[in-house]
Amino acid sequence: MSALESANKIKAKFGALIAEPTEFRGEISLKIADAEQIFEVCNFAKRQLGFDFLVDISSVDNYGEDPRWTVVYHLRGIASGEELRLKTDVSEEKSELPSVLPIWRTANWHEREVYDMMGIRFSGHPDLRRILMWEGYPYHPLRKDFPLAGKPSDLPGVAFTQISPMEGGPFVTIAGGNDSIAREPRVRIPETDSVEFNARVEARGDNKEARGQAFGPGPIEKK
Amino acid sequence: MAQVQDIEIPDSAARAAAAVEEAQDIQGEKMVLNMGPSHPATHGVLRIVLELDGEVITKADPDVGYLHRGDEKIAENMTYTQFIPYTDRLDYLAPLANNVAYALAVEKLLGIHDNLPPRCQYIRVMCAELARISAHLLGLGAFAMDTGAVTVFLLTFTEREKIYNLAEAASGARLTTSYTRIGGLMRDVPPTWCDQVRQFLKEFAVALDEANTLLTRNRIWVDRLRDLAVVSKEMAIDYGLSGPNLRGSGVEFDLRKNQPYLCYKDLDFDVALGSVGDCYDRYLVRMEEMKQSMRILEQCCNKIPGGGENKSHEPVSIQDGKITLPTKEKVLTSMEELIHQFMLVTEGVNCPPGEVYFGHENPKGELGFYINSKGGGTPYRLKIRAPSFVNLSILGELLPGCMISDVPVVLGSLDFVMGESDR
Repeated sequence: MSALESANKIKAKFGALIAEPTEFRGEISLKIADAEQIFEVCNFAKRQLGFDFLVDISSVDNYGEDPRWTVVYHLRGIASGEELRLKTDVSEEKSELPSVLPIWRTANWHEREVYDMMGIRFSGHPDLRRILMWEGYPYHPLRKDFPLAGKPSDLPGVAFTQISPMEGGPFVTIAGGNDSIAREPRVRIPETDSVEFNARVEARGDNKEARGQAFGPGPIEKK
Repeated sequence: MAQVQDIEIPDSAARAAAAVEEAQDIQGEKMVLNMGPSHPATHGVLRIVLELDGEVITKADPDVGYLHRGDEKIAENMTYTQFIPYTDRLDYLAPLANNVAYALAVEKLLGIHDNLPPRCQYIRVMCAELARISAHLLGLGAFAMDTGAVTVFLLTFTEREKIYNLAEAASGARLTTSYTRIGGLMRDVPPTWCDQVRQFLKEFAVALDEANTLLTRNRIWVDRLRDLAVVSKEMAIDYGLSGPNLRGSGVEFDLRKNQPYLCYKDLDFDVALGSVGDCYDRYLVRMEEMKQSMRILEQCCNKIPGGGENKSHEPVSIQDGKITLPTKEKVLTSMEELIHQFMLVTEGVNCPPGEVYFGHENPKGELGFYINSKGGGTPYRLKIRAPSFVNLSILGELLPGCMISDVPVVLGSLDFVMGESDR
């Protein structure tokens, strides 16, 4: 049985829901009109037609078109060697379609990746977290309206959000040189912290001559 | 005189309560251990959050993404040819194989992947197989070292050095090879290259035998690997495992056999299969794959069109001005070639609209490229199906029940690379 026959079987089973299979470079693609039906179609393809291997799930952002998202599934039958591509469109308002995790467990990470990169949610996925970007990152970087250079976000960066535990210590080795905080621009000292920080420097009892010269930073000047 | 001793028998309810209390005491609290992202046994920046009951793992949550560079986003913003160097950095243990996989995917989109010049096909197969040996050697060396056999690491790295020399002779670079071009190769291999490959095969056969004697029947090695992290056939397919991990579970699927590309159908080789699906099987499959790669290389050296020195001047690229760059002499003397050169460099290879998926049997598994094109020299969307990413997703199921000292063994047997997983 060829992939085209399998595609026609799916079409016969689901009727008007499925568009005519298309062929390009020997690959068969099937478009499913209603994204809500993707679970049923995939389930049929696996149980009845032997597509037991889910190769990949990917997503395309058709920016400026409606519906905006296309989710693409690559199926393969290990025994038959057939390959089939299923595609379905998802509108931007909805941005959600059923998870196929109960059919293939490998869908777990693929769906998490699609969610992370494009922001399409999969209903019924038990653990839909970001996977490549970090938890709390506000954007979906593979969207076409996300610039290549990235976007600044209100959230703090991943590292150096807090002053390191050894903050304020006398790390300066060159007499009269800059202290470590001045040398390390990534370290941020929030305005509110500087009062406490200054108090701690005072409490250390540095004498005025030594301060900021031989060792240790001087008090931070308030602007 | 007989002594009378009172025996105290507590009532059964109290005994049961005491037993429960004791059991809870033994069970104790569960501990969460954070392994990685910077740990010598995680081979890169993999982080696993392990929940431990004593030394036994009860839950494992792999956390990837520490090496995410946004390769798919980058690809959308450059021409097809410009993306080739980025493929070097996917599976950085086998850059040559990645180059071949990517070039074939774009050529499939162009519809020329079956018409490549035979010499180009043979050289690409040799590159892919050398890369396979190189990647398996590193995987094996690091695997053995994590398990305590440091000698193997030194042995395999000596051999890898020779493969790097071969890659350097062919492409000019040891790691960042970028050897393929859309429609062919950057250049032909040097005249002595095939002899160098033959020389390497001779030396490598000895080294592989040595590694074999050090490990395969080694009592400690076998004891630590056998029956550990068993992946059944069904589970391997369900989790989408590919490459040696899939075949280690006994699933006979090799893209080189099942969907032959390049000149693999003219070459004689066997597919190594495991029977149990444990760590030992995955190790044996990799060892056998290296032997089969040697067979393939040997045949390629003999059958390569034009021979090693290419005296008959077989082309290594498609002769199509709209796909491959013209020679420098032609650019400087002929108007048409000058225009082709200009268009190819500024706008890239003009691909038709459409979408293709091409899966390549990489050392780690199936490296797939899904290209969605709207026409022109830039992909609209390029999805990389990274085998390491998919292979890692099984960890959450494999690790629970293992001891903590088994983690490096399981990780080593899955043989992943984070550059590819995180893309």
